[in-house]
Amino acid sequence: MTVTETVAPSTRRLSTAKALSEGIAQEMERDDSVFVMGEDVGAYGGIFGSTGGLIDQFGPSRIIDTPISETGFIGAGIGAATEGLRPVVELMFVDFFGVCFDQIYNHMAKIHFESGGNVKVPMVLMMAVGGGYNDAAQHSQCLWASFAHMPGMKVVVPSNPYDAKGLMISAIRDDSPVVYMFHKGVMGLPWMAKNPRSIGPVPEDAYTVPIGKANVVHPGSDVTVVSLSMSVQHCQDVAEKLDGEGISAEVIDLRSVIPLDREAVLESVAKTGRLLVVDEDYKSFGLSGELAATIVEHDPTMLKAPFARVTYPDVPVPYARSLEQAALPTRERIEAAIRSLVRA
Amino acid sequence: MDGAQRLGFYRQMVRIRTYEETIRGNYHADKTPAWDIGAGLIPGEMHLAAGQEPVAVGLCAHLRDDDAITGPHRPHHLALAKGVDMHRMTAEIYGRVDGLGRGRGGHMHLFDPAQHFSCSGIIAEGMPVAVGQALAFSRKGTDNVAVAVAGEGAANQGAFHEALNLASLWKLPVIFIIEDNDWAISVPRDSSTPIKSNAPRGAAYGIPGERIEGNDVETISDACGRAVARARAGEGPTLLEIHTVRLWGHFEGDAQAYRGAELAVAESHDPIPIYEAKLRAEGLLDDAGVAAAKAEAQAEVDAAIAFALASPVPDPSTLSDYVFA
Repeated sequence: MTVTETVAPSTRRLSTAKALSEGIAQEMERDDSVFVMGEDVGAYGGIFGSTGGLIDQFGPSRIIDTPISETGFIGAGIGAATEGLRPVVELMFVDFFGVCFDQIYNHMAKIHFESGGNVKVPMVLMMAVGGGYNDAAQHSQCLWASFAHMPGMKVVVPSNPYDAKGLMISAIRDDSPVVYMFHKGVMGLPWMAKNPRSIGPVPEDAYTVPIGKANVVHPGSDVTVVSLSMSVQHCQDVAEKLDGEGISAEVIDLRSVIPLDREAVLESVAKTGRLLVVDEDYKSFGLSGELAATIVEHDPTMLKAPFARVTYPDVPVPYARSLEQAALPTRERIEAAIRSLVRA
Repeated sequence: MDGAQRLGFYRQMVRIRTYEETIRGNYHADKTPAWDIGAGLIPGEMHLAAGQEPVAVGLCAHLRDDDAITGPHRPHHLALAKGVDMHRMTAEIYGRVDGLGRGRGGHMHLFDPAQHFSCSGIIAEGMPVAVGQALAFSRKGTDNVAVAVAGEGAANQGAFHEALNLASLWKLPVIFIIEDNDWAISVPRDSSTPIKSNAPRGAAYGIPGERIEGNDVETISDACGRAVARARAGEGPTLLEIHTVRLWGHFEGDAQAYRGAELAVAESHDPIPIYEAKLRAEGLLDDAGVAAAKAEAQAEVDAAIAFALASPVPDPSTLSDYVFA
């Protein structure tokens, strides 16, 4: 059963970026085998703040700036992991996977299987995803379904500071490769418009958030809204607004794409009979279709209204603000979809 | 180099050749229909390394169990010379549960953690991985080395260049070995590479490069010894291009029509008879010694195949095992 988690008591508020880097720092203090490498992870602290301050604490021997050689340093991460280290490797933008995907899907993800379980690859591959700030077609995609489609990688997608820290600690401790995708919009960066939910309470001690376990972030009874990453924040905003009108939306934050918590979705839909998926990744052949299939395979009669989705249309991310905003899963699109569902 | 070591080289090369010949025979023996690559007790592609034994033997003379090798799709000679268990390797090639990868990997995906040996079916994929292994050795403060072996076709892959750059930048204990067998499947070296030697490519990254002609195990061993010593001493990576020979097809079933008269020339460069003649001329080897080496190798290979055949095939109910740790 999925329960709504209560945040551990803490009044300290951190941005998602600071929570994430704190998670890495605490694991590095605990375990000498953990180290970080990637482009601009040192003095810059990660282009989106994922490694902020780590160079001051751990120095350049454990926070390693790399050349622009994603195949080289992701492959090196694999080699270091198979020799017993626990690398946290950053691919600056998910969009860059095109220059290095062989190392990711063909190697990192398959070694444990090909070796019959004899060789482990305990590696975290973290990367920035998502748009909404006019960075155009090659720096704004989500693409989590592309990774999730290939077996052998766990894929985690935090939506808030608390989960970001706990999922990072879980990812570093996991013996499987974990692709850790942080949306730039949830990082709470000072130079990007943000939802207040991107800064929130984070316990100071180390803690884990289980990989593969969804979280009900807004309980409800009329419609199930399944989302992940940045879009969860929009769904929460819309659900709170609709509460005042007597429309009760249950928002589920998947938190992981692989493993996918299908049980949490089925349990909620069994209660509401309506399912809306909100996904910033491309519409076709992806997560939203997979969730529809999950319902159909389980019990096609569960739904009282047709399955609905608010996703990124199947077009490259446009530059012009007017076009990008029309494509993103905005609060307006989500609200309209929920209203339409509960009327159906 | 003393006589015992040279005889050891010879026996190891015979052992590897015997392995490849026996696998080759068994691969084709029960393929019905003969054109069906997926038929028989050994299904799938099969890339055998006859002719390239001197590279593996010369290299591995300088490696310890805890040094690492990442190999290419043509890996048997390297695995055997490194010390990978022949029984479990053979069981893997036969797709059995006692194989190195419990039948999940196959002959291009052999993983032996005890020997820090791995290989991959993607050209140059293992080269950055060797950099990471060397990084791990360096971080742990050991004097271990990591070796990446790939064909001359791999020297035109981006992964090769990225790996050389990283290894030199971080001054890591890596040895990059290019096995130049003149052929990237059907494309001759002259059609893929505008320079006669890949060794100068090391200079672009501040890495000493050397091309070794002759496919002679002793010359190769000397060069590898220098590179390994350099790496162990913390002096950084070395690039060696070793000109060797591919006696057989790219894969079993490759009719090699593209090779023409070159094939006969290649066959005349078979390194094992050449080395055998050399040792005979120096009085280190005679008919009895040759026969003993071959008999000993055949007995070991036969036992490995018997082990493989006695091992069960994987139960389909275990299909989803090992996807995650």
